[in-house]
Amino acid sequence: MALVINQEQQMLRESAQGFLTEYAPISELRKLRDAGSEKGYGDDLWRRMAEMGWAAILVPEAYGGLEFGHLGMGQIIEQTGRTLTASPLFSTAILGVTAINLSASEEQKAELLPTIAGGELTIALAVDETAHHAPSQISMTATPEGEGYILDGSKCFVAEGGNANKLIVAARTAGNPGETDGISLFLVDSAVSGVEIERTEMVDCRNYATIRFNRVVVDSSALLGQEGAGYGPLSATLDAGNAYLAAELLGIAQETFDTTLQYLKERKQFGVLIGSFQALQHRAAQWWSEIELCKSVVLKALQALDSDDEKSPLLVSIAKAKLCEVAELATNEAIQMHGGIGMTDEYDIGFYIKRARPAAMLFGDYSYHGDRFARLSGY
Amino acid sequence: MSDLQAFRQQTREWLEQNCPQSMRSPVTDSADVCWGGRNWTFKSVEQKQWLERMAARGWTAPDWPAEYGGGGLSKAETKILREEMARINARSPLDSFGIWMIGPALLKFGSEALKQQHLPPIVRGEIRWCQGYSEPGSGSDLAGLQARGEDRGDHFIANGQKVWTSYADKCDWMFCLLRTDPEAKKQMGISLVLFDMTTPGVTPKPIKLISGSSPFCETFLDNVRVEKDQVVGEINQGWTIAKYLLTHEREMIGGFGLTEAGSKTLGQIAADSLGVEQGRLANPLLRSDILKWEIDGAAFALTAERVKDEAKSGQGVGATSAMLKYYGTELNKRRYELIMKIDGSNAMVWNGGDSNGGWTPRTWLRTKGNSIEGGTSEIQLNIIAKNILGLG
Repeated sequence: MALVINQEQQMLRESAQGFLTEYAPISELRKLRDAGSEKGYGDDLWRRMAEMGWAAILVPEAYGGLEFGHLGMGQIIEQTGRTLTASPLFSTAILGVTAINLSASEEQKAELLPTIAGGELTIALAVDETAHHAPSQISMTATPEGEGYILDGSKCFVAEGGNANKLIVAARTAGNPGETDGISLFLVDSAVSGVEIERTEMVDCRNYATIRFNRVVVDSSALLGQEGAGYGPLSATLDAGNAYLAAELLGIAQETFDTTLQYLKERKQFGVLIGSFQALQHRAAQWWSEIELCKSVVLKALQALDSDDEKSPLLVSIAKAKLCEVAELATNEAIQMHGGIGMTDEYDIGFYIKRARPAAMLFGDYSYHGDRFARLSGY
Repeated sequence: MSDLQAFRQQTREWLEQNCPQSMRSPVTDSADVCWGGRNWTFKSVEQKQWLERMAARGWTAPDWPAEYGGGGLSKAETKILREEMARINARSPLDSFGIWMIGPALLKFGSEALKQQHLPPIVRGEIRWCQGYSEPGSGSDLAGLQARGEDRGDHFIANGQKVWTSYADKCDWMFCLLRTDPEAKKQMGISLVLFDMTTPGVTPKPIKLISGSSPFCETFLDNVRVEKDQVVGEINQGWTIAKYLLTHEREMIGGFGLTEAGSKTLGQIAADSLGVEQGRLANPLLRSDILKWEIDGAAFALTAERVKDEAKSGQGVGATSAMLKYYGTELNKRRYELIMKIDGSNAMVWNGGDSNGGWTPRTWLRTKGNSIEGGTSEIQLNIIAKNILGLG
């Protein structure tokens, strides 16, 4: 398959760029932060996104969706990295839809997917239990009782955990932490008794939560897929999530690069433009080269997801690891080359570094994915 | 079945029947690489067969027009041929500066007579070319070159000294930059000329490198007669062609960053020699360096592919050869530093024993030149900064 986007994907990319610049520029994030928004995004924006059909992009046509594919959705997410747009798009329309597509029964799909496609239902994926991503280490339990299960344990750093109507929770119905067998996925209403949600204020001003499940009783219909066999779909959902996080980090790397390049062409010191200094030219050229590599790995990872390539886990880990590295380089260089002004809150660069790090950390950072890549490669 | 699928099928069958078994494994020795030319000694019957069979179809230069001996394939077909060759780990039948460098320049700028004269022997591997660009006083500052061609009516008389002429002592013809108008401004008075290395007054002298081999020469030009019908393009307009040619050279050298099809990854090499414990390489620090390289290597290979695919569909920024050259050569240097560490003291053996003629340290040392030849890394970064980023 050629490593290019097609015309329809290009059109979606351009329309996303226009939409986000108009309705969700970075000034919106600043407003939300200054207002101390707990939600972290505006309901109006999410409604408009749903009207654009974005919530339906990964939903199969049979369930009222557009079935437009990951490479298409990736174009939008990359643009949200440029504008730092917060919304439930990632947690609901990507993680939620992917997990449901991969694990839910026909009946569950028929109930859930059309409402997600319409933007009426939001979802959060609750996986991690410590500060370091380790999906096989899940210790939260789901004990069979009567016709259902009792969920007991807690999750942390759940993105959109305080906003979502429903939670997809990974819990252990068998086995011990470290084992991939015995993990099951459950769909739990966030308002149900025993679910305790506490917001975690993070550097990127988005909504994250610690969620405690105090002997929460759920019906057997809450189970997504087969009992004990949830690790496969969970892992594939995380792969999708990581490909999109890489796409968002690409947007961040490009936006900070473009802004900095512009600054090098405007800022004068010693009577000349600082962009005339070779020390800065070479660093800019190296940075640009790294971004060129990033475009390729993100494109390849999204294509692999679309074609159910068996190498998807490997290609996703390459993309996430590379983007963690380059987004770090990009945001650090952006501040350094801007000098003092880059350190001020008034300037936007700071928002980018503060989003880049949590986006890199979520579902595994460079060391997690570098290690995973090597293990998948046999070393 | 689409035309391309049919082409893939036919290509696969043809390669299956015509690529000798011994040509289906990665190169492990410099003699495995076939350069062709009048003085070439084939390492094996199969090496000769493989060249002749591929050349007969024009597949040594698959995307050149058939009228000049090329394969006449479209870009899509060329990609399929490369993929099918990679699938069976087929070696390149012919490595050639003729195919990589002067050929494309002749196709774009050469007269019909020059194309007819020079392209078919390049395709067949009969004439081996070298490049006369750098001089002792002009390396990175190439346009400052001083070798001059004095106008004598229907010919020039060339005098001067070239350096870093690859394999000049083994080559048959040279494409050479000469200053043909000493009065004109730096870039304006240069011509690109072609001459036979057996012309009286041409003296190549090999330069021994730190790797112990002599892939480059100094070449002395002492009253060398160069016919005017061997000027590529217009007289005194050679700099444009020289720059075009340099982009091909950059792409070629940037390709060093790509791992050859079928060869082991660094991770596999390390796993075999150092061992794996619980799924992880026994040496954790080396492991983290290796995986970082492998990720960058994969990203670079995908980028080389993407750049080609974008060019085919009319997307992309175009002037990426400087980036590929810069990144590919830096990657190749990093790769050999890691190979040295993986092999430990064995990698320090210069001769004898199981050292395969000291292949590892010699190749490692040779890679140090990758980021110098064809324009240093620093020059490539200058080109990116100026031509792509618009930094003055």
